Amino acid sequence: MKETQVVIVGGGPAGLAAGIEIAKSGGQVTVLDENKKPGGQLFKQIHKFFGSREHLAGTRGYEIGTKLLEETKELGVDVILDAPVYGIFEGKTVVYSKDGKQHQIKGDKIILATGATENTLAFPGSDLPGVMGAGAAQTMINVNRVLPGKKVLMVGSGNVGLIVSYQLMQAGADVVGLVEAAPNVSGYGVHASKISRGGVPIYTSHTVKRAMGDGEVSKVEICELDERFQMIEGTEKILDVDTICIAVGLSPMSEIAWTIGCDFTFIPTFGGHVPKHNENMESTISGIYVSGDISGVEEASSAMEEGRLAGIAASESLGLYSEEKAKELKGQVWNRLNTLRDGEFGEKRKQSKNVQISRYMEDANE
Amino acid sequence: MNKGVKFTGVPSMEEIKGCPGTPGEERFEKGPVVSIECVQKIPCNPCEAACPFGAIEVGSSITSLPKLDEEKCIGCGVCIPKCPGLAIFKIHKNYSEKTSMVEFPFEYLPLPEKGDQVPCGDRFGKYIADGKVLDVKNDKKNDGTTLISVEIPKEYFMGIRTIYRG
Ligand SMILES: Cc1cc2nc3c(=O)[nH]c(=O)nc-3n(C[C@H](O)[C@H](O)[C@H](O)COP(=O)(O)OP(=O)(O)OC[C@H]3O[C@@H](n4cnc5c(N)ncnc54)[C@H](O)[C@@H]3O)c2cc1C
Ligand code: SF4
Ligand code: SF4
Repeated sequence: MKETQVVIVGGGPAGLAAGIEIAKSGGQVTVLDENKKPGGQLFKQIHKFFGSREHLAGTRGYEIGTKLLEETKELGVDVILDAPVYGIFEGKTVVYSKDGKQHQIKGDKIILATGATENTLAFPGSDLPGVMGAGAAQTMINVNRVLPGKKVLMVGSGNVGLIVSYQLMQAGADVVGLVEAAPNVSGYGVHASKISRGGVPIYTSHTVKRAMGDGEVSKVEICELDERFQMIEGTEKILDVDTICIAVGLSPMSEIAWTIGCDFTFIPTFGGHVPKHNENMESTISGIYVSGDISGVEEASSAMEEGRLAGIAASESLGLYSEEKAKELKGQVWNRLNTLRDGEFGEKRKQSKNVQISRYMEDANE
Repeated sequence: MNKGVKFTGVPSMEEIKGCPGTPGEERFEKGPVVSIECVQKIPCNPCEAACPFGAIEVGSSITSLPKLDEEKCIGCGVCIPKCPGLAIFKIHKNYSEKTSMVEFPFEYLPLPEKGDQVPCGDRFGKYIADGKVLDVKNDKKNDGTTLISVEIPKEYFMGIRTIYRG
């Protein structure tokens, strides 16, 4: 069986950044990803990113992905693609499939960076072809260059709903509207303004009542909601659409962490159940680290920083860094993470992260 | 109806007037200047580095609102394509006696051509008036964000922010 110092599951921004840090410290590292291309969500992101200059803000997502990949190559990180991991067994043995065969690789440390998965929404007709996740639509237009439909209704006004609406418009679709159950837009105003400027009406306090169509979506009925999120009769509106995109949040992709027995805690801000971890991103199982959206759905910039943190901590525990050196490096990452979790959008995430870490500590002290 | 960016997706006139990125009335009279319509504390600061004249300040807390130093800003427009929020607009109120010039970022195809007469829209994309395309800048360094400037009736210099897309 193949052995290495660190195995990373997931080659998105978190996993790649972790791999880079380990390689930088002189460690041996293998990254496994189920896709044909590494980079996770980044290669779907054709828009210019937010964040600070250190986080390459103002650069388009896929270009950030390309930079990470170049660094990964230069440092000699071993990246195995087309390799879905389906389990981790005794002694940190990671089992994956590749070319139709089962393979195993054993690591001294493991970093889980599996990202997140889209939530769905059930309504009459939600099983009709033409109803899809916003992320699926984004993959179709930006990666595969296929327009999922001509007339789209977007459901959800978080950044994903706003950005994917904008990208659908750029790809040539007509976004006939965006509905949001809450009374206000939840994503960044500047993203909302882009689609408003493009003439897309944003219906806050609205939801989808049903999708209609014979074998495929041809119309959608939306309606207004009262303060208690109940549909208000008589406010229904029928729109002609051929596609309904659902962008109602992401949930951490945490199956592997559950199966190996990591302790979880429920934090709605982070998308639901997330593994408890300490300031080193180490889960309740010694030597198993988590980082990126699996440890709380946030952003690519924070995913990269958390990946770096896990990487540095893993290197430290392998003896590749002295305690002082590791402390210095980790301190720098924490400073950057704290600035990312500032302000009216970040504050809640900062508090949630503190809660997540303190719940780990409570257990550790018991 | 509730007004403001959180409810409509578009900053209200009060939010725009109250934000530190908006130049004062007098500054608009003096010549080209940018108006930064970024009214929420988001973790973002590329505009600050983009300005070669140091006219934009976000500061050490990157969620602070970008502040425009209207005296330092010469209205070169370099910052516009660097903003991932597409929230910066250049305005030359007194472009001529009766017209103003507005320059905005645009990331759709097809692009209009210099000299075209085009319908222009407000922040909701609603048609306001026709304008004449003065320039279409598509520099490589702008990385896909085209800058379009239009000449419009002066009364709409705070209203028109895009080409009406129909
Ligand atoms: C529309 C949209 C717009 C966004 N815009 C921004 C933005 O402007 N700025 C920003 O900072 N962030 C943005 N983000 C968020 C950002 O993309 C994510 O937060 C980030 O990608 C999370 O990184 P990650 O490495 O944790 O997960 P991912 O990028 O999801 O990567 C996880 C990888 O692990 C793989 N994987 C999962 N399970 C397994 C397994 N069992 N075996 C093998 N491989 C596995 C996945 O296929 C994937 O490749 C946006 C997201 C979306 C959807
Ligand atoms: S227009 Fe030019 S001078 Fe004014 S803020 Fe932008 S980059 Fe600076
Ligand atoms: S770059 Fe744009 S979105 Fe970011 S802070 Fe500056 S003005 Fe706001």
